[in-house]
Amino acid sequence: MNIVTPVNELTPKDFATDQEVRWCPGCGDYAILKAMQRTLADIGAKRENTVFVSGIGCAARFPYYMATYGFHTIHGRAPAFGTGIKLANPDLDVWVVTGDGDALSIGGNHLLHVLRRNVNLQVLLFNNEIYGLTKGQYSPASRAGTRSPSTPWGSIENPVSAAALALGAGGRFVARSVDTMQKHLGEMFKRAHDHNGTSFVEIFQNCIVFNNDIFADFTAKDIADEAQIILEHGQPLIFGKERTRGLRVRPGFFELEAVTIGEDGVEEKDILVHDETNRALAGMLALMEPPTMPVALGVLYCYPTPSYEDGVKDHFDEAKAHNPGGDINKLLRRGHTWTVTG
Amino acid sequence: MRRDQLGSAVVRFAGDSGDGMQFAGSQFTQSTALSGNDLATFPDFPAEIRAPAGTTFGVSAFQINFGDDTIQTPGDACDMVVVMNPAALKVELPELLPGGLVVVDTGTFTERNLHKAHYESSPLEDGTLDAYRVIKLDISAMTLEAVKSMDLGKKESLRCKNMWALGFVYWMYARDRQPTLDWLNEKFVKKPELAEANITALNAGHAFGETAEMPHDIHGFSIGKADIEPGQYRTVTGAEALSWGLVCGANLIGLQMTFCSYPITPATPILHILSNLMEYDVLTFQAEDEIAAICSAIGASYAGSLGVTSSSGPGIALKTEAMGLAISAELPLLIINSQRAGPSTGLPTKTEQSDLYQAVYGRNADSPLVVISARSPADCFDVAIEAIQLSTKYMTPVILMTDGYIGNAAEPWRIPDMDTYEKKPVQFSTDPEGFKPFLRDEKTLARPWAIPGTPGLEHRIGGLEKDYDTGHISYDPANHQRMTDMRAAKINGIANDIPPQGVEEGGTQGKLAVVGWGSTYGAINRAVSTVRGDGLDVAHIHLRHIWPMAANLGELLAGFDQVLVPELNTGQLVTLIRDKFLIDAVSLSKVSGQPFKISEIEAAIRERLESQT
Repeated sequence: MNIVTPVNELTPKDFATDQEVRWCPGCGDYAILKAMQRTLADIGAKRENTVFVSGIGCAARFPYYMATYGFHTIHGRAPAFGTGIKLANPDLDVWVVTGDGDALSIGGNHLLHVLRRNVNLQVLLFNNEIYGLTKGQYSPASRAGTRSPSTPWGSIENPVSAAALALGAGGRFVARSVDTMQKHLGEMFKRAHDHNGTSFVEIFQNCIVFNNDIFADFTAKDIADEAQIILEHGQPLIFGKERTRGLRVRPGFFELEAVTIGEDGVEEKDILVHDETNRALAGMLALMEPPTMPVALGVLYCYPTPSYEDGVKDHFDEAKAHNPGGDINKLLRRGHTWTVTG
Repeated sequence: MRRDQLGSAVVRFAGDSGDGMQFAGSQFTQSTALSGNDLATFPDFPAEIRAPAGTTFGVSAFQINFGDDTIQTPGDACDMVVVMNPAALKVELPELLPGGLVVVDTGTFTERNLHKAHYESSPLEDGTLDAYRVIKLDISAMTLEAVKSMDLGKKESLRCKNMWALGFVYWMYARDRQPTLDWLNEKFVKKPELAEANITALNAGHAFGETAEMPHDIHGFSIGKADIEPGQYRTVTGAEALSWGLVCGANLIGLQMTFCSYPITPATPILHILSNLMEYDVLTFQAEDEIAAICSAIGASYAGSLGVTSSSGPGIALKTEAMGLAISAELPLLIINSQRAGPSTGLPTKTEQSDLYQAVYGRNADSPLVVISARSPADCFDVAIEAIQLSTKYMTPVILMTDGYIGNAAEPWRIPDMDTYEKKPVQFSTDPEGFKPFLRDEKTLARPWAIPGTPGLEHRIGGLEKDYDTGHISYDPANHQRMTDMRAAKINGIANDIPPQGVEEGGTQGKLAVVGWGSTYGAINRAVSTVRGDGLDVAHIHLRHIWPMAANLGELLAGFDQVLVPELNTGQLVTLIRDKFLIDAVSLSKVSGQPFKISEIEAAIRERLESQT
């Protein structure tokens, strides 16, 4: 038997640029950048075929640090630029990098529509629940009561759940990870990359300056095992340090509850098995919050259908089969014409 | 049979939005073109899709001017109007010349319809029409009679009224019915009973004209053939010519076009036309909003396609931030503005030229780009090709100005042979040796177009200021000054690449230059040619290039004692001219949502020249 070793010509370093990284020391973005450079090397990505597109914000500086093609555009519109790039050249591998203000506030409309259309690109939402680059105002992802320079009395609005929004928009791939979970993050990037259609990955990212430890209620080392659940397709929804906690459907209700195996008559067979093709389950997982429920991380939903570009290609093929040639002189002479003789 | 010989005629069809007046008008246009007349049309319809029947605000009209000499406008006033109900009569009567012909469908002059049109008594009987020649026909009843053998309901039968009226007008002007018969058969290929009913109505209207006795000794008219340059012709609307110009322009530079747009009146017909041309490598994308439309177009250009977006003033306003990015990133991009009357929602279906400031100045910061404008429906074709060439050659956004009037109006067009156009395929950068994304061409100052997918040319661009050479982010004060100066110099330099400004009518110096741009071309040209016939020393200069202006324009204007600038706005080009050349140019302004009449421009010219003596 021949053993074929995949040859990776490029290393993570080959995906780094010579530009000085300008994020604050300790920013979660460094870890995400590292995970991405490693992932691209692992999957054998071609630099010339890869495009990072961003809007405005801290996260939007990401393309400058990737030795691929990159387009740093305007606030909130990166999905629209990404769509145009894929329309022009569907063979390019496009990663849209955005933040919670960029994607959920000014760019909410474009996020909705890129997901609905199912354009074959990856959207990475760096969620730090705050506006960083403009110095700390509350964002649409900030929890109610967030005190910030623009909300000295605490914010009044309820936050949007990015993953629930992505599912509601018709997203076909919705995943979550955390900046510090290097291995898991890389796996999510790979899964997102492999998916045909829009892949949406929400990354909980710590802003050390304006919103430090905002995710500590489920990422702090001492409580993480009890406050988060790592989803794996086909595996029971079990979590906890002792692996005794699990999710089941509360009897008589259409909702999930966190239970302990061996207590109150709960047995292992009562625990739900994760099915990433089940949208209703994904919706419930997306909305789980501490302290009563663990935060769901991993692939919440993956159910591929043909992408927007697949549809465009079909129409091109059909139109060209109908009217081969594409002679522009014929186009101008379609319909009624007449000849004037001298 | 006796026919009265005419040099030209202006006919207007008017009825309810649902009466099919636009169909009747465009069929009459087709047949008139085939008869060898020159022509110009003006579809004038309400913003409402189907306003309540019988109301004055629901009146839809189509005007055509045709004749045996050059026709450049739809005509100042009508020789004949065909009105399908009292509301149409109320709205259109002011358009009719004294002594003009009114063809009235009397079958619709019911108490209720008169009331809806705010008539206290029937204008057919109370002397309202005394100054005109009136042909009263119960078109409704005669249509019902004609199609009664067909198994159609009353409502569907009455839908054939427009064809009855058209058949009658065909008889009046001795037009050939065959093209319309062919069109009906094609349109109703899946509903042959409707084709038959419409054809029957058309023939009935025609037969009525041939056999019935007309009042006022009306015998029908005949109009001689115009002296037209030999060649193959068709009629085109501005929207068609512009769409085809885009397809041909993209073809000449060897690129796929990615046309990204959001529906808006009156720009949408371009999206509709291009959506049907996928076999010509046209990809259309209906975006979620105006901003997404321009951003996806820029994304497409970045990736090596020809990105085009199209809208009208309010939508263009939403696109301005993204235009700034295309200017900063130096990417080709075409932005089409089908202008309409404003501000805000304004008069969506009425025409205006009031977005010139928006095009030239309407962005944050010092953000120059190219502004180019079309003067007529057929001119849209050439302007689109030129806009594409400038945009790709200079790596810059180009705004192409047209308007609602040009977009919907039709004129005969001598179809060009595309094989005679020079093909200039775009050259993308491919050589990594010494590559820098913003290393520019010394002559054009354009940067290279390096597209993703090209090995060795990986680079990052964006809206942050870039270093003049490397393209890396730069906050250096001197570099920003240099880049700002360069962006201005690049656009200004195009003045030396475009043709020198010519004179449409008259000499290169004289007492008065009438300077126009866009859709006022026909009215200005006719007015200038008329007053020149009277011996007045006047010239017509018409700008295609709004920004930058042709290099010789200042010198040319200096040769005239006075400059008059007619515009369908409150004086925008005139301000630009006064500012740029420090001359005392005078504005002739009109903002009624309607095109200029020739007589209005003529009067203004005479007034200028008299005030001088």
